[in-house]
Amino acid sequence: MDLKIVNYGAGNIKSIQFAFHRLGYDAVLSDNPDEIFKADKVIFPGVGEASSAMKMLKESGLDTLIPKLKQPVLGICLGMQLMCNHTEEGDTKGLGIFNVDVKRFSNAVKVPQMGWNTINNLKSYLFKDIREEEYMYLVHSYYAENCDEAIATSNYELEYASALENNNFFGVQFHPEKSSKVGAQLLQNFLDL
Amino acid sequence: MLTKRIVPCLDIKNGRTVKGVNFVDLRDAGDPVVLAKQYAELGADELVFLDIAATLENRKTMHDMVLKVAEQVNIPFTVGGGISSVDDVDDLLQCGADKVSINSSAVKRPELINELSEKFGSQCVVVAIDAKQIDDEWFVHLAGGTIPTDIKLFDWAKEVEERGAGEILFTSMNHDGTKAGFANVALAKLSDLVNIPIIASGGAGTIKHFVDTFKEGKVDAALAASVFHFGEIPIQELKKELKQQNIEVRL
Repeated sequence: MDLKIVNYGAGNIKSIQFAFHRLGYDAVLSDNPDEIFKADKVIFPGVGEASSAMKMLKESGLDTLIPKLKQPVLGICLGMQLMCNHTEEGDTKGLGIFNVDVKRFSNAVKVPQMGWNTINNLKSYLFKDIREEEYMYLVHSYYAENCDEAIATSNYELEYASALENNNFFGVQFHPEKSSKVGAQLLQNFLDL
Repeated sequence: MLTKRIVPCLDIKNGRTVKGVNFVDLRDAGDPVVLAKQYAELGADELVFLDIAATLENRKTMHDMVLKVAEQVNIPFTVGGGISSVDDVDDLLQCGADKVSINSSAVKRPELINELSEKFGSQCVVVAIDAKQIDDEWFVHLAGGTIPTDIKLFDWAKEVEERGAGEILFTSMNHDGTKAGFANVALAKLSDLVNIPIIASGGAGTIKHFVDTFKEGKVDAALAASVFHFGEIPIQELKKELKQQNIEVRL
């Protein structure tokens, strides 16, 4: 399988590569639009700050490529947030793949949310063989609002979308690559799409 | 609901675990990768690796270890010890570490916290604080608690939060190694004072100590070493008891 990780300089992607490697797949980094376009599956990672990540994405021209992809695409953490309409972080316009806005948790709770939280209201093949109330590892200060495209929700201060789906596009707020066996199952499901 | 985290800490010297680890059924208890995998299997929520003999010469050894852990372990881990620059952190994150922990270097040059959080994001910057209570005041100590400073714990905690720390790992020198419980009064005060997660360290001896530090110390995570390494407190048993006590944990 031709599995590509979009490489635009946003954060540490080693863990994602290793997670796929544990499943027996090679996930190759690429910033080449042709290569990414032709891949069977695409991972869109992201760690760090939204406006600078979006800037790097634009500099490499990948901001126009990603919304045009037809194969299954999985955005992880900040990757997912950048696929939304807009994020409050750095007042950043997103790729508009998911029709939802990204907001900051209030200071009524500790920010960032850091640790293992349950995922609920699962409704996608992505969660095949994953039970309701399973735990995933999350680290984030911003969240996508609950919406029609939510395929999982979690609770922290409020109920928010911890995973999104629109056609061939998937996004997860949590880090499947760091979420033990359950996370590995989700990555396998993505590969099986 | 977000769960409370249980965090075993492994002391590393020249790429090997030290301070005595006594796991049954382990072929090589000195191999941090083997141990880390074991802990992940047993239900640890995160791991901390502390390079206690960090020198320039053995930096490569540490990088190799981090790379191997990242390859084989599917839960998050933090690396600490001897980190004093943006480049140090870049190297460790490139090897697959999820977070780094800085201590003395942050006290010596607090701007390091800003630089790291701006470049890599707050989520990967853990500031470890070792402090000792002298009369009624807590003072920050350096170099594994051996060198006193006149910096007050709560002032420093507030400052590291403002500078962009994502988490505080607080070790009470008064409690560390005593197995008599965590510094819950100070921890609760810290937890109320800052709006970032607090990891309690120092003093774990019994399951009840963990219950108390989550309830009274209001902490988000609890770190311990020997009680886990010597199997005195099996992690699954600990988590079941925490659940019994209505403390949310991942089982």
